[in-house]
Amino acid sequence: MKHTLVALVQDKPGVLNRIAAMFRRRGFNIASLAVGQSEQPGLSRMTFVVDGDSTIVEQVTKQMYKLIDVIRVSDLSTEETVSRELALIKVRATAQTRSEIMQLVDIFRAGIVDVSPDSLVIEVTGDEDKITSLTKLLKPFGIRELMRTGRVAMTRGGAGGQERGRGNGATPSKETEA
Amino acid sequence: MRMTGAQMVCESLLREGVEVVFGIPGGAILPLYQTMPQYPQIRHILVRHEESAAMAADAYFRASGKLSVAMATSGPGATNLVTGLACAMMDSSAFVAITGQVSRAAIGKDAFQETDTTGVTLPVTKHNYLVMRAGDIPRVMMEAFYIARTGRPGPVLVDIPKDVFIEQDEFEYPESVDLPGYKPTLHGHPTQIRKAARLIKESQRPVILAGHGVTLSQAFQELKELAEKAQIPVITTLLGVSSFPGNHILNLGMPGMHGVAWSSLAIDRADLLISLGARFDDRVTGRVSAFAPRAKVVHVDVDPAVIGMNVKTHVPIVGDLRRVLRSLNREVEAATHTEWLAEIEQLRRDHPSLHIRDTGNLTQQYVIRKLWELTEGKALVVTGVGQHQMWAAQHYQFLNPNSFITSGGLGAMGFEVPAAMGAKVARPDALVWSIAGDGGFQMTMAELATMAEHKLSVKFALMDNRFLGMVRQWQDLFYKRAFYATEYTRSPDFVKLADAFGILGLRVTERSQVAEAIQEAMAYDGPALVDFVVDPEENVYPMIPPGESTHELIEAPKEAKGVPATRRRDILPPEGDF
Repeated sequence: MKHTLVALVQDKPGVLNRIAAMFRRRGFNIASLAVGQSEQPGLSRMTFVVDGDSTIVEQVTKQMYKLIDVIRVSDLSTEETVSRELALIKVRATAQTRSEIMQLVDIFRAGIVDVSPDSLVIEVTGDEDKITSLTKLLKPFGIRELMRTGRVAMTRGGAGGQERGRGNGATPSKETEA
Repeated sequence: MRMTGAQMVCESLLREGVEVVFGIPGGAILPLYQTMPQYPQIRHILVRHEESAAMAADAYFRASGKLSVAMATSGPGATNLVTGLACAMMDSSAFVAITGQVSRAAIGKDAFQETDTTGVTLPVTKHNYLVMRAGDIPRVMMEAFYIARTGRPGPVLVDIPKDVFIEQDEFEYPESVDLPGYKPTLHGHPTQIRKAARLIKESQRPVILAGHGVTLSQAFQELKELAEKAQIPVITTLLGVSSFPGNHILNLGMPGMHGVAWSSLAIDRADLLISLGARFDDRVTGRVSAFAPRAKVVHVDVDPAVIGMNVKTHVPIVGDLRRVLRSLNREVEAATHTEWLAEIEQLRRDHPSLHIRDTGNLTQQYVIRKLWELTEGKALVVTGVGQHQMWAAQHYQFLNPNSFITSGGLGAMGFEVPAAMGAKVARPDALVWSIAGDGGFQMTMAELATMAEHKLSVKFALMDNRFLGMVRQWQDLFYKRAFYATEYTRSPDFVKLADAFGILGLRVTERSQVAEAIQEAMAYDGPALVDFVVDPEENVYPMIPPGESTHELIEAPKEAKGVPATRRRDILPPEGDF
């Protein structure tokens, strides 16, 4: 089963390396990983999708907590969440196929962000299934390049920042992720 | 106050109470070394190899609970620390490593003696730092020492570029650390502790598995109280061997691969396994699916990640062992478990386990037994890794708490020399005996020079069987006696070697010479080495082959005509510092 974990971490050089090294060393599989700034200066939020049973996810969580720069980890799999992924898809498009592709883009509420004589770049946001089905439908036209961000997720409602509980006295760092 | 980065490092060491630095200087760390004469309170011991600096600092912590520093220059200096860092990391021991790095502008340019030290040491340290501003040194040093000694202890490395040592800035030591992502849980959850007490009350056949955590949290008295109050037999892991009096009626000894059969069988039959500061290493469990099959498991550890990692746990308790045991001891009711203890006594009679074969040859077991007798079980024993280590754990009965220092998790040969040195520095008044293998000893024996120089009076019992004995044993048992690359066909003359290093050297080839040589070594004022030329044919028993269970336990070699060992606890009066 796939689990969505969200971690609040210090925004310091090498933090991503520490987390990636831990995953590699312990043999955990990351299906996707997205990193970005959080609402708190000096802290980043990471969304992991981890493949494995609950024992593995428990170990992942515990091992994450052992990293000094990790402040809080939550498993959102059992929560009511909103989750999204963004993809950019460069698809071959001729004068004959362009309108057909644009119809698909409309159906999926996606957008076209670049047009050239023989290709289109499509931007699509949604859950993984939606992006995967659009990709499947576009495949016959010829996909030249595909870029997916990986899942970002957040619990619905509530006070927000629910993984913040372990303390918020972090001092902002001048350095950023290398 | 304005000062250089190097001065800030030294000022920080003073504030953290550091008394000893084990190290070797080199280009990148020279600005720090040239500052150290301003701080004569800090004793520097110039070792012969950086691995020894790390292992000495590791053993210094194990012996005293105090942090020392292993210091090395960039590149090869830093990479030589790696085995020592990994060893400390696996065994929850701690020290702070300080390494020089090439100047900031040269980082990433493949400069002379440049290594990505924080990258290399990332998986073998609890945490590490690359300090890019002198002004960060006080905060980083305070955090490094705090992280190293708290929670589950572990080594922390601080890498400092050469020009940061020279850079000047304001020195202000922080009042406290600010680490929002690091808050070790110390107090066990009361509900969980009550659950554990209830399981103890309900159980008919409980056993305690005592690990390194007992020593690390200084919970000797608390462990003894629990065991005696509820009459629970205590099984000790390799690192827990000296955490419970060796002559105690409830002490069953070590289980697992080379543990005594009755301990492994007691775990097999137990209905409750109470693990205290142990992490269920595969050498203890064997095949996990067949380990403690009838037992519910209470697991107390300060590191939540080891709970449930290898063995399914019914009652997890995260916390400092001493505090948890104090609470648990209040909840636990007195019990007797007469039948269970009688059953274990029967197991002891049926599976004697500690035979010493009477071949007439000089054997390691015999030497260790003699050493135990002559030191009255009160030496601080340090070992390397292999057969001699297992025999030391089996045949030396420890009467003082925290008197057995060994490389357990990593199993790093060569530990016996620098660790004995670090232990002697930490406890100068202790009688330190290093039970050494001739393989491991030759990896780190250069430190004899360091010990001679600093008059560190360590006594070495060198188990000279001219083989990598434990590897030979595996070749013997599992590879059809194909002995390849395990024999030393031309070992050095260890007595002459001792002489060359300026320490006492003695050779023993017969049983009749053992006692006299041990006494002469102990009487000698200074480091001494006894070269025991022992029988290489001896194998360690009992043995549970790797990946197997107690059902596959081999009690003794088939042809053995062993005589049962004297009942160990009958020999010495029950006294010691426990």
